[in-house]
Amino acid sequence: MAATNEQDVLAGLGKIINEITGIPASEVTPEKNFVDDLDIDSLSMVEIAVAAQDEFGVEIPDDQLKNLKTVKDVLNFIQN
Amino acid sequence: MSANRVRVVVTGLGATTPVGGDVTSTWSALLAGQSGVRTLTTDWIDAVPVKFAGTAAVDPTEVLPRPEARRLDRSEQLALVASREAWQDAGAPEVAPERLGVVVSSGIGGISTTLSAYDTWKERGWNRLSPFTVPMLMPNGPAAWIGLDRGAQAGVHATVSACASGAEAIGYAMDMIRAGRADVVVAGGTEAAIHGLNMAAFAAARAMSTRNDDPAAASRPWDRERDGFVLGEGAGILVLESEEHARARGARIYAYAAGVGYSADGHHITNPEPEGRGIIMAMTQALTDADISGLDVKHVNAHATSTPAGDVIEVKAVAKAIGTHPLVTSTKSMTGHLLGGAGGIESVFTIKALQERIVPATINLDNPDDGIEVDLVHGENRPLPAGDIAAVNNSFGFGGHNATVVFKGA
Repeated sequence: MAATNEQDVLAGLGKIINEITGIPASEVTPEKNFVDDLDIDSLSMVEIAVAAQDEFGVEIPDDQLKNLKTVKDVLNFIQN
Repeated sequence: MSANRVRVVVTGLGATTPVGGDVTSTWSALLAGQSGVRTLTTDWIDAVPVKFAGTAAVDPTEVLPRPEARRLDRSEQLALVASREAWQDAGAPEVAPERLGVVVSSGIGGISTTLSAYDTWKERGWNRLSPFTVPMLMPNGPAAWIGLDRGAQAGVHATVSACASGAEAIGYAMDMIRAGRADVVVAGGTEAAIHGLNMAAFAAARAMSTRNDDPAAASRPWDRERDGFVLGEGAGILVLESEEHARARGARIYAYAAGVGYSADGHHITNPEPEGRGIIMAMTQALTDADISGLDVKHVNAHATSTPAGDVIEVKAVAKAIGTHPLVTSTKSMTGHLLGGAGGIESVFTIKALQERIVPATINLDNPDDGIEVDLVHGENRPLPAGDIAAVNNSFGFGGHNATVVFKGA
């Protein structure tokens, strides 16, 4: 089931990012840029997308993935 | 050998094995005669005829940070753990990246990754694969990750030759330093192949012990009741360095990595050549390369895997190439056979034996087989003499690959 509540999605995304990168989930906030703020590389973004698909049931195609620059972008994509 | 030849020394040791998570605990366990071979309880165990193996005493995922561990095959995890220990043990030498190399090998590669990724692909599709699948399964992965960890740029290599891989890696690293291509090289072997398919495949080759009722007694090199090898996992890593570089920084020197010999049997893809001609050639070349005679060699850490065919052929070859006088042991009686990791951990053990002047006894060797003239160490550990002595590590692999490394006391 797709999660729709923004807080739930953010918490789930924080858990995934922590699992993959070791970044504390508390640092995963909507305004953060994946590359500039969180130092997450493109392969890690693929890992995050794969895990997010499992967690939220939302496919993130590669051509969309490259446009998701911030945590907020991912939250919006998953909720829409 | 020429007087101005570059001499290679060992300045760091690292190991994670079935009997201990580091060199100190592993060596203590070997001197205490402890077996690391255990009954397996994995979900595939009913599908293989061998129900036991030498699993790593300390799971590498308990040592490495989780985000790092999840991108690594188990063979890479074990190699990184051992390489970091070795590097710290060497005093974290300061060396320019372009003068630092890595040669770390595995015999089998990332087989668990290959097979689990295959399942993921078939069951869930290509886009569910980790983007790190290729670097996890590629056999140069352990060397590459260690190279990244250390920033090594003088050359990062993986010499693959089945169960001779680890010893060949150390020999290649010595050659890199002697050829002037590097001042420091991190070298050794790793393996994590305790997977159902690998166990089934070695069992299909009729190479493994099936002593399921007594796993700790299953690895029994040279014993009349031996019935095959026991699979183990882990990694053994050395920091090798030019003597000049090590002395300039005041490093502790464990031993000289004095010589290496390689050969190929040219006989059969799996069976050892009955007269041991290939392994005699490897040992003879290693002694020549080290510029020593057989009489200087006081200890041999044998390849001896507990197979009916190979064990006695090897010690007969030792008698011919080196003599019957060295103290010969097989630490595989305790660790099992780490395949590509064997030459790594057993080089560590050979160096520890030289450093502490003691040879750990082969366990489970109750009744030595016929035709053995060399001095097998069993029943109790034996001391090595003081003075300028050498010791040898042998590793041989499927394919007929033979590698012998000679270490000399510092």
